[in-house]
Amino acid sequence: MDRYDFKIPIGPQHPALKEPESFLLTMHGEKISSMTVRLGYNHRGIEKACELQTYIQDMYLIERVCGICSHSHATCFIQAVEEIAGLQVPKRALYIRTLVAELERVHSHLLWLGVAGHEIGFDTLLMYSWRDREVVMDILAMLTGNRVNYSVNTIGGVRRDITAEHIPQILKAIDTLEERTKYYIQIATEETTIIKRLSGVGMLSYDDGVHLGAVGPTARASGIDRDVRRDDPYASYEDVKFAVITDKHCDVYGRAVVRVLELMESYKIIRQILANLPDGPIAVKAPRKIPAGEALSRYEAPRGEDVHYVKANGTDKPERVKVRAPTLANVQVVAHMLKDRYLADMPIVIAAIDPCFSCTDRLISVTDAGKGTKNTMTWPQLHSYSIEWHRKSGIDFSELNKKFKVPGN
Amino acid sequence: MTLMSKIVNWARIKSPWIIHFNTGACNACDIEIIASLTPTYDIERFGILLKGTPRHADVLVCSGPVTRQIKDRLIRIYEQMAEPKFVVAVGTCACSGGVFRKCYNVGGGIDSAIPVSVYIPGCPASPKAIIDGVVKLLTSLEEKEAAAPPKTAEAVEIKG
Repeated sequence: MDRYDFKIPIGPQHPALKEPESFLLTMHGEKISSMTVRLGYNHRGIEKACELQTYIQDMYLIERVCGICSHSHATCFIQAVEEIAGLQVPKRALYIRTLVAELERVHSHLLWLGVAGHEIGFDTLLMYSWRDREVVMDILAMLTGNRVNYSVNTIGGVRRDITAEHIPQILKAIDTLEERTKYYIQIATEETTIIKRLSGVGMLSYDDGVHLGAVGPTARASGIDRDVRRDDPYASYEDVKFAVITDKHCDVYGRAVVRVLELMESYKIIRQILANLPDGPIAVKAPRKIPAGEALSRYEAPRGEDVHYVKANGTDKPERVKVRAPTLANVQVVAHMLKDRYLADMPIVIAAIDPCFSCTDRLISVTDAGKGTKNTMTWPQLHSYSIEWHRKSGIDFSELNKKFKVPGN
Repeated sequence: MTLMSKIVNWARIKSPWIIHFNTGACNACDIEIIASLTPTYDIERFGILLKGTPRHADVLVCSGPVTRQIKDRLIRIYEQMAEPKFVVAVGTCACSGGVFRKCYNVGGGIDSAIPVSVYIPGCPASPKAIIDGVVKLLTSLEEKEAAAPPKTAEAVEIKG
């Protein structure tokens, strides 16, 4: 560290960040020499809360891991539970799940486009894309009854059916959006200002992407051909034809191109689903108590691969639920992408992975215990707190520990 | 009400600048707050502008339950705002803690840390509900002689 080096703390409240996260940047002049991410402001303890509630109640809680990809988390969790219970979900229910999933991807990518436009000072793009996003929000509200947390899943199927009147309305909305998306593709590929601003920013080579475990559009923009929808099909993705979009730019520009082109693929999938929607029931009856077992479920959320692990113990409550959200996989990549880059590129590079820290914050991690973080819970503190908390509600292991003489307790 | 205070109150009602702070929300309310600022709902027509710093803002718009880690930051941001200041709690979590009420890392609603002027329930609160809440806040300012000075953070008991 020489006299030109200094540190800039960013967040938890900062105009460039939509969520409370803090980044500690070590600067050399105007270049970033290293970055530490401090997660945990959004940590609510959802995984623990899941263990205290029944599976049906958990579904509502899991949906609120993240409001933007709520259907992703809910479906991923439900898939794991259904696998343990050995339920045969009706085909129509799977089609409806896929439909809502793709509508969610459309809303999420349009949202990202706006946020990215805002971060580079192109606020007109923010206003345009968020105006178009309302079209898909209206469709989601019509299908599910809510604009954001759809609650369309239930164990063994879905809760709401699509009627014949819905289909022409969805198709009409998709036509409108497709036309608008073509305009965005034109902007992304022809507008010199955008190309100049985004090219070469936040470089991530193919090798680094594989090495650091990048997922989703971030990985696909570096040429990593990976998509759970194709590689490990769930819901009804086996029955639809779509292309996995990859790009060789390896920068923020590539990520923008991948996302706008993925929008076109989503429209394609929605049209195929509506054309081939099978008849039949929308749900099977699920038992309240799920037999003992464990399952891992994968899902391609708008931000990348989402992984849920569920362990059941034969009661109506899960024994363990673990969530690996896509942003957690991509956050390491950001630190790599920002190295030796300019401070001014930081907002767009962070925005380019489409971060969702409310998804990510399920572990209390202390990467930098600097000033002002004295109230941060360390792992041992959290551990003793959780034991104490459960002791109050009647779960006491101290007698058992004495009986079995567990070392260290 | 003196002429001066009338003018000040009129100016305050016509240009409430807001700052948005996520206190541990799931993002759903946050995107609905942004959606209400964009063309379809457009609350900018009431003179509402989203600002980047608490020192420029009159209204603190909070979403989400107050997590243990964010509590001190929330109080600090509230204290940085200039008087008179108002707090709007958006969403069920911000009102009461919602589905996260019993989680070990969540203290409760926004009012467990700072005083709140308007509660907007909903999971998430739709842009229409947010507009309704904002209009109610502005109307309540109109009715009062001058905007009543809110309690400071110290006056409220801080639990946890």
